Amino acid sequence: MATLFDKIWDAHVVHDLGDDWALLHIDRQLLHDLSGPHSLQALLDRGLKPADVDLVFATADHAVSSAPGRTGMTYPPGGRLWTALKGLAADAGVRLFDLGEDGQGIVHVMGPELGLVLPGLTLICGDSHTCTNGALGALAFGVGSTEGVHALATSTLRLRRPKQMRVKLEGRLGRGVTAKDVILQTIGILGTAAGTEHAIEFAGSAVEAMSIEARLTLCNLSVELGARSGIVAPDETTFAYIEGRPFAPRGAEFERAVDHWRRLYSDADARFDQDVALDVSDFGPTVTWGVSPEHALPIEGRTPDPESTPDPGQRGAIQAALDYMGLQPGQPIAGAKVDRVFIGSCANSRISDLREAAAIAKGHKVAATVTAWVVPGSLAVKRQAEAEGLDEVFRSAGFEWREPGCSMCVAANGEQVAPGARAVSTSNRNFVGRQGPGARTHLASPAMAAAAAITGEIFDVRRL
Amino acid sequence: MTPFVELVGRAAPLPLANVDTDVIIRIEASVDRQNLGRHAFAPLRYNSDGSERAEFPPNQPAFRGAPILIAGANFGCGSSRETAVWAIQGMGFRCVIAESFGDIFYSNCFQNGFLPIRLSEAAVTDLMAQAQAGAGDFKIDLAGQVVTTPNGTPYRFDIDPLRREGLLEGLDDVGFTLKQMSLIRSWQARDREERPWVWATSGLRKTTA
Ligand code: SF4
Repeated sequence: MATLFDKIWDAHVVHDLGDDWALLHIDRQLLHDLSGPHSLQALLDRGLKPADVDLVFATADHAVSSAPGRTGMTYPPGGRLWTALKGLAADAGVRLFDLGEDGQGIVHVMGPELGLVLPGLTLICGDSHTCTNGALGALAFGVGSTEGVHALATSTLRLRRPKQMRVKLEGRLGRGVTAKDVILQTIGILGTAAGTEHAIEFAGSAVEAMSIEARLTLCNLSVELGARSGIVAPDETTFAYIEGRPFAPRGAEFERAVDHWRRLYSDADARFDQDVALDVSDFGPTVTWGVSPEHALPIEGRTPDPESTPDPGQRGAIQAALDYMGLQPGQPIAGAKVDRVFIGSCANSRISDLREAAAIAKGHKVAATVTAWVVPGSLAVKRQAEAEGLDEVFRSAGFEWREPGCSMCVAANGEQVAPGARAVSTSNRNFVGRQGPGARTHLASPAMAAAAAITGEIFDVRRL
Repeated sequence: MTPFVELVGRAAPLPLANVDTDVIIRIEASVDRQNLGRHAFAPLRYNSDGSERAEFPPNQPAFRGAPILIAGANFGCGSSRETAVWAIQGMGFRCVIAESFGDIFYSNCFQNGFLPIRLSEAAVTDLMAQAQAGAGDFKIDLAGQVVTTPNGTPYRFDIDPLRREGLLEGLDDVGFTLKQMSLIRSWQARDREERPWVWATSGLRKTTA
């Protein structure tokens, strides 16, 4: 009666530390330019090297410019981090997928793409959206930079077994509804603290029907439910996705691995500390109105009215969010005028996301009042999109086609939304100031973002 | 790491839920490692012209330099940036009390000798009220796992024994685990037999470039 999580966790316990604590083996560690240099520097300062350098991989994504023709130094403050990452990765012997090199991209996009992420692995990165990788049936979670040092030095972490939560998503997605809409609605219903101290497993017919890229989007926002990890049991869809990727096992070894991976599922009688089920059939295209991912609304929805909120603390929070976002209580969310559109981030920058956005953009023009960007998640995504002519679709519609990285998702590379400007963004966080001081962020799917770019307002993609 | 044993001092109230790590430290300010304390809580703490907002309690004379922060639920949710902990420490805080925390933030606290305390909603409400009244010093006894409020009410808190020991002794996890390397190596030797594909990355390391 073990859960999928139990099976992976138990198989990785090197040493039981008591009181639910374990020394857990870490099979993969990914580094990026923002937290990677700190972890590597701290490691080398102690006179240590990575315990297993073959399990560690690095790329530059957060603080590098996404401008066409960029180099690592195009954004100078980020250039310092990029230079540090290159130097330290070389000193430590860590394989870096550098700018312009196959494999470079947002760390949570390039990992699955290269086959570095496999079912049953434990995988960490100094980034909270490491949970994305759970889509492949890996136990993947974000760590701080000091925990990162521990993992580099020992290939393990001292961890406490979390509680477990299953989120069953049943039913079929309606027209114009994507994994992004599903997860935003789910967060809206359950709240951003629902999964705190828990590891989440996503299950149910809607998840089983999803492609791996859709599952990556779903798991990406696990941390927005408060959970450090989100996982989907590997299945035939997973195995087909992995086969043939550069770092995936091949031939007989692949078959042997698949045999092993087939055992990775939650037993029928497995118990969860929380078990919730949602019917996704009624979910529509979704957009956030406020400053937390739980501020999610169906596109037909209206902003909340603080007056009708009984709890004074909540009332104040809603009023503050409306003020920050420049919205009125009870206002329909559709129709709000948009200044910026950002299609990118580890939530939605894979090839299927760009195809969905391009299908909407094709034959249209970006509204004159809108600046719209498409930032592919990796060099491989960029090349694939260009091979399919998607870059031309975007460019001729008036979108900017940029270089792979995190870009405006977190604005660590200086690519900010101006104070007071309203952005529709396919990223995962609409926190105060996330896309720049005073920036107003509405989270949505790639298709909804493309629709906003064309119409210049928050718009129901099904009506285009 | 400096051991954390006991702490006596004022507590600054921050009665907001879901204070996320982007609010605690803006990402571009994260790069300025020497001045993290100055950038902490910038959107709440400063006006757009850079002057201090009087509404932010730690800006008020009664709470300046207070070592304890009492916060709303789900404090530190969001990103994994450890600079969030360093920024709060940079302001002079050594402990934060809330009903709940973002998971990664919570773990990061212990890596830095910084104590996050989880208490019930009712307890936090009382602490918040007493902090707001500015009535006097709070006392935190980590060994005994008790927070005592200025009016003398004791609240017991739970903390993992391993984490408590780590804080009390200023223990360094890395040094500790390095002593267990032989255990780790024998686990790995077995794993290489059972899951060879996990380890088969070196041959490909150069050819994929
Ligand atoms: S795209 Fe955004 S959320 Fe994803 S890793 Fe980069 S900054 Fe973090």
